[in-house]
Amino acid sequence: MAEPEQLVVEAERQAAAATTLDELSAVRTALTGKRSPLVAARKALGDMEPDARKQAGQALNAAKASIDEILSAREAELAAAARTEQLAAERLDLTEVTEHPASGHLHVITQTWQELEDVFVGMGYRVAEGPEIESEWYNFGALNFPLGHPARDMYDTLYVDYGEPGTTLLRTHTSPVQARVMENQEPPIYVVAPGRCFRQDTADATHMPVFHQIEGLVVDRHTTLGDLAGTIEAFTAAYFGPGFSSRLRPSYFPFTEPSAEFDIQRPDGTWLELGGCGMVHPNVFKACGIDPEQWQGFAFGFGIDRLALIRFGIDDLRELWTNDIRFLGQF
Amino acid sequence: MKVLLSWLRDFAPDIDGDPEQLAEVLADLGLAVEELSPVGRGLEGIVIAEVLATRPHPDADRIHLVDVDAGDGEALQVCCGAFNMAVGDLVPLATVGTTMPNGIEIARRKMRGEWSNGMLCSGAEIGMGDDHEGILILEQGLSLGVPLAEALGIQPDVLFDLEVNPNRPDAMSVMGVARDLAARLGVPFSVAVPDVDETGTPAAERASVGIAAPDFCQRFGVRVLDNVPSGASPRWLANRLLAVGQRPINAVVDLSNYVMFELGQPNHTYDLDLVPGGELGVRMAHRGEELTTLDGTALALTTYDGVIVNRDDEAIGLAGVMGGASTEISADTRSVLLEAAWWDPMTIARTARRLGLRSEASARFERGADPEIIPMALDRFAELAAALGSTTAPGMIDATGNRPESAPVRVRPQRVNSILGTDLSTSEMTGLLEPIGFTCEKGGDSQDFNVTIPSWRLDSATEIDVIEEVGRLHGFSKIARTVPVTEQAGALTPQQQDRRRVRELLTGMGISEAMPLPFLAPGDLARAGLGDDGITVTNPLVAEESIMRTSLRPGLLKAVAYNAARRTTGVSLFEIGRVNPGGGGDLPDEGEHLAVILAGQEATAATMLWRRLARHLTVTRTGVVNGPVDGLHPGRSGRVLADGHPVGALGEIDPQVLDAYEIDERVAWLEVDLGALLDAERALAPYRAPSRYPSSDVDLAFTVSDDVSADEVSATIAEAGGELLASVALFDVFRSDQLGEGHRSLAFTLRFEAPDRTLNDAEVAQARQSCIDAVSNTHNASLRG
Repeated sequence: MAEPEQLVVEAERQAAAATTLDELSAVRTALTGKRSPLVAARKALGDMEPDARKQAGQALNAAKASIDEILSAREAELAAAARTEQLAAERLDLTEVTEHPASGHLHVITQTWQELEDVFVGMGYRVAEGPEIESEWYNFGALNFPLGHPARDMYDTLYVDYGEPGTTLLRTHTSPVQARVMENQEPPIYVVAPGRCFRQDTADATHMPVFHQIEGLVVDRHTTLGDLAGTIEAFTAAYFGPGFSSRLRPSYFPFTEPSAEFDIQRPDGTWLELGGCGMVHPNVFKACGIDPEQWQGFAFGFGIDRLALIRFGIDDLRELWTNDIRFLGQF
Repeated sequence: MKVLLSWLRDFAPDIDGDPEQLAEVLADLGLAVEELSPVGRGLEGIVIAEVLATRPHPDADRIHLVDVDAGDGEALQVCCGAFNMAVGDLVPLATVGTTMPNGIEIARRKMRGEWSNGMLCSGAEIGMGDDHEGILILEQGLSLGVPLAEALGIQPDVLFDLEVNPNRPDAMSVMGVARDLAARLGVPFSVAVPDVDETGTPAAERASVGIAAPDFCQRFGVRVLDNVPSGASPRWLANRLLAVGQRPINAVVDLSNYVMFELGQPNHTYDLDLVPGGELGVRMAHRGEELTTLDGTALALTTYDGVIVNRDDEAIGLAGVMGGASTEISADTRSVLLEAAWWDPMTIARTARRLGLRSEASARFERGADPEIIPMALDRFAELAAALGSTTAPGMIDATGNRPESAPVRVRPQRVNSILGTDLSTSEMTGLLEPIGFTCEKGGDSQDFNVTIPSWRLDSATEIDVIEEVGRLHGFSKIARTVPVTEQAGALTPQQQDRRRVRELLTGMGISEAMPLPFLAPGDLARAGLGDDGITVTNPLVAEESIMRTSLRPGLLKAVAYNAARRTTGVSLFEIGRVNPGGGGDLPDEGEHLAVILAGQEATAATMLWRRLARHLTVTRTGVVNGPVDGLHPGRSGRVLADGHPVGALGEIDPQVLDAYEIDERVAWLEVDLGALLDAERALAPYRAPSRYPSSDVDLAFTVSDDVSADEVSATIAEAGGELLASVALFDVFRSDQLGEGHRSLAFTLRFEAPDRTLNDAEVAQARQSCIDAVSNTHNASLRG
């Protein structure tokens, strides 16, 4: 029968010889399993005298403890090596992949549109909508453009063949939404109405037969021209940022009086003519069933497309409509 | 509207200051300055020269050599690119060393080997008119070598090009602009009364006016002038006309234009000898009546046009728009009838627009001229003509039509402040209004005052019009800015929020948003496999923009084709946009569609997209029903359901349609009525607590006819599985000869679980059998062994 010390020496040798965890597992079975010399030695203890048995037993226990320690240490070594090897084998070049699928892009008009909505929602406005094919009444009549009024000529209106000739058109501005909102909602009213508009125009870098506007309408008990100017200024600061300011210049629109153009002054002192605005004309209130002695209001409107062009540094309106993925994918 | 600073000063001599600042003031009054340009500056080195000889350049065709005498009797050679001068003509010569108004310096230089000692100038080059082509030929009699400005009496001046809004008839005259500007600047404004010497037979005995259209013609004034000048205008007058862009023609025409620009009253001259008895009449035209105008065109008139007629009721002029050829003045004309009238703005607008004859005159009548300025306009013309030797017959014929009475407007000061957001006193308000001719009177005991609107402001008739004037003259920039406060919480509607969620989902899936033009060409819908053309545009500029769309498909197909033609295939795009399917209400039906086009992908990609979209929006009772859809691949298309109702279609674009668009890849398609989709019942499935007990999976494969959709089988299993069935998922589809033609295998994984216990084998077996039986019976399918 082998001496316990020899068993330990043997264990050290075999453990060191094992180069994989599987081999080590086999070594463990050979050294400590049911058929191992250690177990055989333990069984042999029963035949010994008590004193000798005690001594031999202690020796065997010590040897067992040493062997376990040797095997554990070796196991840890091999496990670490195996992990290192596996990790090395799993190495990836993380730059081999591309964005797939490439993310989609919101159209610049939508991005600008949503930004504008958000600014006004933040100021307490709701967002209203109306039809793109509109009646002559809402586009003109309700807005204080009597039939035959020369101011109708300021809009190069596209009509559609529907109903009586001249009664149905492609809305030339988002202002008809004003009239629809006032008809359907009791004041106070705080709304903006972004939307698509149309005019008889030949496409070029600065004109398109289709374009987008956003309209604002406030109707309340004591709304003033000062409120309008203050609202334009607040919007200017919120949308364009610090250093931008605004001014109102007298102008003419049939549906507002007083009417004004509003310009934005850039930090470098240059001006951007942005849109039109004014106090809601009493005739518009009357056409929409609101008593102009009880309620006052202002309206404003401006183009979205040009803001998108400026914001993204695009120099030709037609680019917005080509749907070239090389354009869409940039924003 | 172009105005000269010097002309404004004729009415308000104290208007002064930096032109840039004056431009700011004009803009603040609502007269935006489109262009501000100096006049009569930079002319110091330009002198009068006489053409002595011209001869070809030996080495150039486009220029020739001109010898001129600039006053020293020597022949000075100049190369010139214009050929409109003759020997003896007087021309402006920019001498060597001159800096031109545009900044170019004139140097002695060789042009193709020939010396050029200066430059001959066109009118445009020296701020005298718009002619860029020819050299300005000057009147004879000027002294050679004298500086041009001195010879022609040109003073340094400033030209403002103003944008005048339709509600400012007064600002269509120098006088009106001066009135506004003087009021704002607080300087005196006055209009000199023309000085007219009258002589000879009274006008009333030589001419008459009959108004048969009294609503159209409210006033018709006539003076008779004799010995009218036949030559050119005086230099100072021609200079002013040139500066405002009006080419001088002859004294009579120039005077007419001058009076119109100055006072805003268009006027017209008739050769008295060509008007029998000096009798003029006004009536509406007969339908189909013809008139030959000054420019020689024969016009066909309608009953909406007003005409001037002679004694024989023949039309001799188109009222307010253009004169007729038959009474045109000529070099032989000695006596004229001078007309200044007031015409109905709407009628003039309609006539001028219909005939394409908009002019300086019609622009003024359209806005509403001042009926009270008529006598002064006639007198001003007579005064100016007298300086050229003309005489004026005594008296003025002043025929009137229907002159509406205008009542003073009652203005409430509190209302003024309430609208403007100001705190002006009544006297401050009247102090702003009086200088522009709005006369104010105290209105009894109340604070209110009555405003008489001046005759030159026909746009102004109500309290709000007066409030606008107060605000305008006060200055919008002086009004304190406030921001109204609302108790309303700003928000997007649920539908607007959902629209954004859809956009985010799609872009997150790698699909970009396209924006095709909403107009189509005739046949575009048919080319995309859709029906007939939709609603048509009545007056499109081009046929390609003449049809309103009923589907987003043509636009997105075009977008894919556009990218494919630029070597980018596999493009994924979506659009959310309006469509007009027709309808019979007051307005055509208008819906909002969502469409997705996936180039290079098969129909199933559209189904996956639809399922994800429906799940994202928590639409209930969604589904896909296989079946043909117009323009889609008949075997790869179907309808999509939301809340059990069809809301759109999906599949793959029909190869024939793809051929028409020259697209070489498969294209998956989804188009839904977004409004209907978002309106469909939306809800999450009732909450079910995750079971704490183990679940059991069962795989079942069935042989199913191609007529039966996987969705249908899945639904049958879901129903048969009952409470215990936690999920069912299709995981494999295959076809083989063994399964036979028209059949395929569908394999599902069913997961069973109970919330309160571990299911035993018998329970699972029973549930499994129920599912097998249901599928077998319902779909004539068989379980594969």
